[in-house]
Amino acid sequence: MTADFLTLSHLTKSYPRVIANDHVSLSIKPGQIHALLGENGAGKSTLVKIIYGLVQPDEGEMQLAGQPYQPQSPAQARAQGVGMVFQHFSLFESLTVAENVVLGMENSPPLSLLQSRITEVSQAYGLPLDPRRIVRDLSAGERQRVEIIRCLLQDPKLLIMDEPTSVLTPSEVEILFKTLRKLSAQGTAILYISHKLEEIRQLCDAATILRRGRWVAHLDPKEKTANELAELMVGATLNAPQRHKRSQGPVTLAVKGLSQPPLTPFSPALKNISFTLQQGEILGVAGVAGNGQDELQLALSGEALSAAGTLYLGEKDISQMGPNARRSLGLASAPEERLGHAAAPDMTLVENALLSASARLALAKYGLINWSKTRNFAGEIIAKFDVRTPSTEVVARALSGGNLQKFVVGREIMQKPKLLIINQPTWGVDAAAASAIRQALLDLAAQGAAVVVISQDLDELIEISDQFAALYEGGLSEPCPIKDLSFEEIGLLMGGVQSRENTHATA
Amino acid sequence: MLQLEKRPNPSRFWGRATPVLAVFLTMIAGSILFALLGKNPFIAMRTIFWDPILGEYAFYFRGQLLVKAGPLILIAIGLSLGFRAGIWNIGAEGQYIMGAIFGAGVGLALYPMEGWFIFPLMVLAGVFGGWLWAMIPAILRTKFNTNEILVSLLLVYVAEALLASMAVGAMRNPQGNGFPGSRNLSQYPSAANLEIWVGTGIHWGVIAATGAVISAYFLLQRHILGYHISLSGQAPKAARFAGINPNKMIVICLGLSGALAGAAGLFEVAGPAGQISIDFNVGYGFTAIIVAFLGRLHPVGIALAGLLMALTYIGGENASTALGLPAAAIQAFQGMLLFFLLGVDILTNYKIKWIKGRWK
Repeated sequence: MTADFLTLSHLTKSYPRVIANDHVSLSIKPGQIHALLGENGAGKSTLVKIIYGLVQPDEGEMQLAGQPYQPQSPAQARAQGVGMVFQHFSLFESLTVAENVVLGMENSPPLSLLQSRITEVSQAYGLPLDPRRIVRDLSAGERQRVEIIRCLLQDPKLLIMDEPTSVLTPSEVEILFKTLRKLSAQGTAILYISHKLEEIRQLCDAATILRRGRWVAHLDPKEKTANELAELMVGATLNAPQRHKRSQGPVTLAVKGLSQPPLTPFSPALKNISFTLQQGEILGVAGVAGNGQDELQLALSGEALSAAGTLYLGEKDISQMGPNARRSLGLASAPEERLGHAAAPDMTLVENALLSASARLALAKYGLINWSKTRNFAGEIIAKFDVRTPSTEVVARALSGGNLQKFVVGREIMQKPKLLIINQPTWGVDAAAASAIRQALLDLAAQGAAVVVISQDLDELIEISDQFAALYEGGLSEPCPIKDLSFEEIGLLMGGVQSRENTHATA
Repeated sequence: MLQLEKRPNPSRFWGRATPVLAVFLTMIAGSILFALLGKNPFIAMRTIFWDPILGEYAFYFRGQLLVKAGPLILIAIGLSLGFRAGIWNIGAEGQYIMGAIFGAGVGLALYPMEGWFIFPLMVLAGVFGGWLWAMIPAILRTKFNTNEILVSLLLVYVAEALLASMAVGAMRNPQGNGFPGSRNLSQYPSAANLEIWVGTGIHWGVIAATGAVISAYFLLQRHILGYHISLSGQAPKAARFAGINPNKMIVICLGLSGALAGAAGLFEVAGPAGQISIDFNVGYGFTAIIVAFLGRLHPVGIALAGLLMALTYIGGENASTALGLPAAAIQAFQGMLLFFLLGVDILTNYKIKWIKGRWK
C-alpha cells in the first residue's frame, strides 16, 4: 500500500455559535480522487479552507507527504503543492484572463509567454479559453475555466475542486473528467467537492461524508447508489421529485420572432426565437454558458424590452412592458445571479421580499409600504420553503447560497405566477435544497402555471421538463418533447446542430 | 497583530456610535493641535462646544446656531437622497445660488408692491431655480451619460459668475449709489424672511428644514420611492430587476436635491443675507456634503450633524476672536471630523480582532 499523501487528524474549528468542523479526520493517497460530500453548512468549505491555509484549525493536525503541514496562508499551501479551484470566482472583472492568472502567481513569467502557456494548457485539457479576453465579458462557465487553468499552471500535487462541473455541459464534463483522470494517473491527488452524486460515483475512488461538521462515513462511492449517498448526507430518507399528471391548457406564453442586438460587445444577440408554452408545461432550455441564457432571461422578464409583437402573455402583447407591468399580469422571474440581481446583498429578507413582490401582492398602496404585510410574506416564504435563517431581519448576504436560492424561488412561486422564468434554479445548491426547489417547480406547473427553466444541469432538465430546447449562439432550437430525445440528440442541439428532421421523424 | 473581520450583518450599535466616537476623537486630536499652537486645549474646547450653547453670551449664539444649521440641513437632506441612490450631486452650491437669484428676482420684480402672495411666490421661484440648475447634469447624464459629479460641480462656477453679473448688473439696487448688490429684501416686508420668534433664529428656512427632515424620514421608512432610492444605490442590477428605471431615479434625485438647495438659497437671500451680492454664497452647498455623510445619510442623523457643524462654525469663529486661533486651525479641526468619521466607519461592517502570532 502506498503511503497517504495528505492526512488530517481530528481537525476542529469553531466559530461563535457554530462548530464548523468537529474532530474530522481524512486521508488521501497520491493519485486518488477523493470526494467530499455533505449538505451546505456541513463543514466542507471550512475543511478545505484549512487545507488551503485560509483558516487555521483550533485543534488537530495535518501531514503532507509524511511531514507536518501547517499552512498559514494560501501562498504557503501553493508552495507545498496544494492548489484549489473555488466555487465562487475570485477574478478581476476589468482585467484579461492572462492578467488575472498573473495576479495569482508568485513568480510570474512575461505576459506573452504566459498567454501561450494558457493556450497550451487549455488545449491540453480541452478547456478552450482566449487569454486576451476581458473577464467581465466571460460567462460563468468560462470564468470557471480561468480558475481551473490558473490552478493547473501551478502543477499541483493535490488539487482541491469545489463544485467544478456545475456550469459545464455533459461533453465538457466528460473532458474535465478525462483531465482529472489524467492528473490522477500522473499521481496528483484530487479532493473533489460536488453535489452531483452520479458524477461522484463515476469519477471518485473514495468518499468522505460530513454532516453538521461531523465525520459520518468513509466509503467507496462506486459501491453505493446515489440515493444511499444522499441519505447519508442528509441523515434522512429522500424522495425523488414527484411528477404530477397534468392536463395541458391554452397557450400561456407565445414568443414570435424575438431578436435582440447584443447588450454588450461580447454578449450574444438573440436571433429570431419563437416558441409557445401551454399552461402546466415546463420548457427546459439547455445550452453552454454564454450562448444567450442571460439575454433570454432579461428579454422574457422585461428587464430588456423587445420589439412590439414579439412576446405574448396569453392574448396580451407584453413586449414593450417593464418588469412590474409584466408581474402584475402574472409573469415572475428569478435570475441566475442571486446576490446583486435577484436579491440586494445588504438588505434584509423583509426588504428583499418587497423587491419583486410589491407589484403583484399590492404591498405598497399609493406608494406606502405595508411593512407588516411584507414581513408576514417574508415569514411565509421562510416557513414554506424551509429557509434556514435566524430571523427575517437578517441581510441577504448572510445566508448560504442554497438558503438564499430557496428564498428567491419561494418569493416568486408564492406570488402564484401564471408564468415563471427561472435561470439556473439549483446552481451551487445542496442536494436536499435542489430537490425541494425542483419539486416546487413541478408543483407550480401542476397548479397550471407555465415554467421556463434555463439551466446548464441536464439531469435537472430531464427530471422536470416536458419540452426541451437548446440555446446556441443566441438562437433557440425548436422545442420538442424531452422524452423523445436521446442524449446524443441533446448534445447535438447544444452544439448548434438543428436536428429538425430527427425531431420531426420521432414526433 | 490587528485583523479586520467582516461582520455577517452590519452592526447596529456601531452604526449609531461611530459619529459620536468620531466627534470624541476629533476633540482629542483638536486638543493636541491647539496645544501645539500654544493654547490651552480645555479652554479651546469649551469656547467651541460649550460657550455657544450654555456660556455667558449664549443668547446671541443660539440664534446663530439655527440660522446656520437651517440651510445646511435643508441642502444635506436633498443630497442624502441622491447619495443613497449612488447619484452624486456635488453642485448644491450652484443650485443654492440659482435658487437665490430666481427667488430674489421675483421679489425684486414685484417691488414695491405688497401682498401675502409675494413670499410664497418667491419660494416657488427659488425651488424652481435650484431644480432647473440640477436638471442640467440630470439631462446630460441620462441623454449622453456624462458624469454628474463633474457637470454639477462645474456649474457651481457658472452660477457664481451669474451671481456676480446679477449683483453688478440686472439686479443692482437703483438707489444704491452705484454699489454692487441688490435692494435689501429683508427691508421689504412682503418679501422678507424674518425671524418668526425673535431671538431664536427660527425663520421659514428652519421650518422648511424641519419639514424636510420629517418628510425624508417618512419617505425612507415607509414610501416605495425611498426604498427604490436605497435599492438603486445598493444593488443597481437588483433595482432594474425590481422594475426601477435608472434614468427616472437620476432625474428624481437630482431634481429633489436641486429644489431643496434652491429653497435654502431663497430663504437665505430673503432673510439672513438680505440681498443678492457678489459674495452671497459662503459654501453651505459644499459643507452640506460633509453634513450628509456625518449624519450617515439618515434624516435624523443629518439634523444632528447640521447642528453640530453649525456649532463648530460658530464656536470656531468664537475661538478665533476670543483666543486668537488662526482660521486655518479651525478649518483643520472641521476637516478632522470628516476624517475620523470615515475612519471609524469601518467598525460598522468589520470587527477588529487581535490575533496572536507572527505575520509572515
